[in-house]
Amino acid sequence: MFVLVVGGGKVGYYLAKELIGSGHEVVLMEKDHARAAQIADEIGSIVIANDGCEGTHLSEAGCERADVVAAVTGDDEDNLVICQMAKHHFDVRRTIARVNNPKNEALFRHLGVDELISPTRMILGSIEQDIPVHELLHLGGLGGGELELIEAQLRVGSPAIGRVAREVPMPDGCAIFAIIRDDVALPIRPETILQDGDKVIAIGRAECESALHGELIGDPEVALTSS
Amino acid sequence: MRVVIVGCGRVGSVVAGTLDQAGHQVVVVDTSTNAFDRLPPGFQGTAVRADGTDEDSLRRAGADGADVFLALTEGDNRNVMAAQLALEALGVQRVVAKVNDPVRAEAYADLGIATICRTDLMAHALLGFIGLHTGEPPSVRAGATHPHLSSAAGAPAGVAAGGSSSTVVGSGPTQEA
Repeated sequence: MFVLVVGGGKVGYYLAKELIGSGHEVVLMEKDHARAAQIADEIGSIVIANDGCEGTHLSEAGCERADVVAAVTGDDEDNLVICQMAKHHFDVRRTIARVNNPKNEALFRHLGVDELISPTRMILGSIEQDIPVHELLHLGGLGGGELELIEAQLRVGSPAIGRVAREVPMPDGCAIFAIIRDDVALPIRPETILQDGDKVIAIGRAECESALHGELIGDPEVALTSS
Repeated sequence: MRVVIVGCGRVGSVVAGTLDQAGHQVVVVDTSTNAFDRLPPGFQGTAVRADGTDEDSLRRAGADGADVFLALTEGDNRNVMAAQLALEALGVQRVVAKVNDPVRAEAYADLGIATICRTDLMAHALLGFIGLHTGEPPSVRAGATHPHLSSAAGAPAGVAAGGSSSTVVGSGPTQEA
């Protein structure tokens, strides 16, 4: 495969190195000349010291025949433009963007970037899993990130406590599919009644989050949103 | 008209000042408060220190449902991103992004984002000044086929039409003021 990597920071550098190691053809674009030269010294002359956002430079780097373009600079707007140029101007089949601000995920997806990698979101998710907070936790994304796996810890005050799990009203496109009680995962049976301390595992679209929060935690005002 | 301008540089501040004087409701957004010093004395509009590529910040600045949105920062990519936010998330109909790379300007016009390219404008003006005419002066470019840009496509360009030499001479002193 021919992979065009744009951005020669730590991510771009190790990405290019790994790809070369697994036998792929790689071109790395880095606009800082000193940094580009430094990388070229280490991994060979596959580095182009140019701004990968500029149309002519992408063309010179062979963007037209790239199988994958990975935009991994530290600037979201640059990564967006690189992917859009690759996709729409150079007909690249698969574009991947690093997204630093998790708030940009929805926009990038909407604008046609094929795959998003958000280190911020991943670290955030990992931290939240370790801290017992009174809110919804993101356990991960599914289906290219459109669906989210969510955990809700039921505490006193939750409107769901004492209810039959199957009868808790769910927003459209959301489903409860398991509960964790005393560290044991249980399926939802017709007779399952939710208790204080249960962790409810649900799956649903990101925009249903506040409704889900209202049903499982209560008080949608304090819903955990990305903002 | 309610107009949101992202980027209070030389171009942004002049456009903001002119629209303000013409009685329009103007919001200028920039990440640096120093940039607002460029606004003319007596400016009646609103200046908001915010990141123009951040949806929430733009909403707080009142960009939601604005009549016109102009992305005029120094960065082509920031402008392109801000413009797409305005179009796709904030429901603004007339959106223009300043894109100085001609390749990108054309690519985004094809995608339906109205763009204006300083490189093309200046090249045309300079070539005209030395007597080499290269056809119609470039203006705001928009993909006319894009449904939600049909109004922007017809937007009159703010490019001087009264002789190319006046474009060259006139733009200098105004901007330095």
